Amino acid sequence: MLAHLASPRTGGLLALAAVIALLPLVLRNSYFYDVAVLVGLNAIVCIGLNLLIGYAGQISLGHAGFFGLGAYGSAILASRYGWPPLAALLATTFAVALLAFIVGRPILRLRGHYLAMATLGLGVIIFMVISTEDKFTGGPDGISVVPFRIGGFVLQGERIWYWVVGALLLVAVWLALNLIESPTGRALRALHSSEVGAEVVGINAAEHKLMVFVISAVFASVAGSLGAHYSGFVTPAKVAFLHSIELVTMVVFGGLASTFGAVVGAAVLTTLPQLLATFEDYEMMVFGAVMIGTMIFLPRGVVPSLARLFRSHRSADADNKANKA
Amino acid sequence: MSLLRVEGLGKKFGGVNAVEDLSFEIPPGEVYSIIGPNGAGKTSLLNLLTGVYKPSSGRIMLQEHDLTGHPPYAYARQGIARTFQNLQVFFNMSALENVMVGRYMHERCGLMSALLRLPRQARADRACREEAAELMRYVGLQAYLSSAADAMPYGALKRLEIARALATRPKLMLLDEPAAGLNPTEALELDDLIGRLTERGVTVVLVEHNMRLVMGVSDHILVLDYGRKLAEGPAQEVRNNPKVIEAYLGSAVSSETSYREEIAQVVAVAVEMHR
Repeated sequence: MLAHLASPRTGGLLALAAVIALLPLVLRNSYFYDVAVLVGLNAIVCIGLNLLIGYAGQISLGHAGFFGLGAYGSAILASRYGWPPLAALLATTFAVALLAFIVGRPILRLRGHYLAMATLGLGVIIFMVISTEDKFTGGPDGISVVPFRIGGFVLQGERIWYWVVGALLLVAVWLALNLIESPTGRALRALHSSEVGAEVVGINAAEHKLMVFVISAVFASVAGSLGAHYSGFVTPAKVAFLHSIELVTMVVFGGLASTFGAVVGAAVLTTLPQLLATFEDYEMMVFGAVMIGTMIFLPRGVVPSLARLFRSHRSADADNKANKA
Repeated sequence: MSLLRVEGLGKKFGGVNAVEDLSFEIPPGEVYSIIGPNGAGKTSLLNLLTGVYKPSSGRIMLQEHDLTGHPPYAYARQGIARTFQNLQVFFNMSALENVMVGRYMHERCGLMSALLRLPRQARADRACREEAAELMRYVGLQAYLSSAADAMPYGALKRLEIARALATRPKLMLLDEPAAGLNPTEALELDDLIGRLTERGVTVVLVEHNMRLVMGVSDHILVLDYGRKLAEGPAQEVRNNPKVIEAYLGSAVSSETSYREEIAQVVAVAVEMHR
């Protein structure tokens, strides 16, 4: 039983739940809560993106596009057309999934740099559409969004959102961990390493890449929708190419093929610019420096590197004990 | 009734015929070896027989299924498994997980049950883990049950590919140079393993340069040269075929040192046979 609790899966989930439960002890005012909510939303996007990049080995430089479509879809349906926010969120998510499915099929035939360019192009197209179709989107000025409400219950205020996003983050982590440990998840990791090796044991690689692309788009879209309702306002900045780069940097910094790494990456790189608020103009330089530094010093990312260090310490301890005995 | 039937199979790369007008049949339950000098088209043929290459001409039939032009996973689903000369191990996973991936086709796994990890899914996963461990023991990898794939020596990785291929529960298993890079002891153990595969009811296609191994285990042999069939028949016949001996000895004229060992083996086998 104890061994089960200490497994990376259960233990990690419990640790994350504990952090979410205890964090309010140090969150002194609503600004801190605000940052924590942003961390949670970015973490949900990064968990999805990490399934695509870290596990299946397919790059996307356009995920801010899916995040933005989620945000604007919810904003337009709920605020302009008066849809109930939950219905707007579900419809938007479905539409984004469908778009990812249609666009993913031709794009995911590409590999490496070509895939990077194609997804980048996709993100740019989405950005262009959103910033020019100002009749619907408000153009560069953005659009205000009604608060999220289910029935008579209105979600408003950083503290309530903190618990909602915290719970959803746990669910997102749980789903990702489940997927990775399933036959489908093993197929994704296998085709990352050798596509031909995966195909000859009966895995349809193209189908699996498409599936994980859609899943990652859905994670981004849901986080986008929630973010729009939470902040009450969306602007094209959240859809821009630089936001895609931020998301990829979070995933790489936290650690490719590590779900908890994606959470840590999102936490550190969402909080860092807030701490450096006075250097706002240099934010992208900081991201660039973090990316370069990670690649040079921690190519596996923070969490996998720490995990490795911890394991080697433990096995060294075990060796010492064995030698003494 | 043959298990695999190949009719007029050809593959062109630009103007070069890697495989040309090749027809043969593989009877079930046998060890069928494909030999020939380097560049004879052996690996190209294996790639054709697993859908990795699409043929330029001809047909590939597994029992009554026409697989010509289908993608590799379709070949796998009809019961053709393979190993690779250049290892295609999943180095980002554990050894056990590599074999578990081989079970992929036999895991009923909807996306929802995977995401939610329903109890059924968790049970199926445990069963899959146990079966994979069993297969690792079967190929002699019990020492690596908790190893990461990237921490295993070369010889063990070759066995790992065999275990992964076995996990697909194949009718036909194609082994691409399983003895290459193995030391003599490991190569000897391979004879035994191939023998046990046929006992399991798996038909084996063996592409191999190690003539001792080929002559030891084969029922039928197909000899390729420049992508064409040079000779085919029961192992006994083929090794006495003057054309075959000539093809191998003929390559000595090119004085490529890599052939020397192989030629020496063929000569030794020929001499032994004529004694």
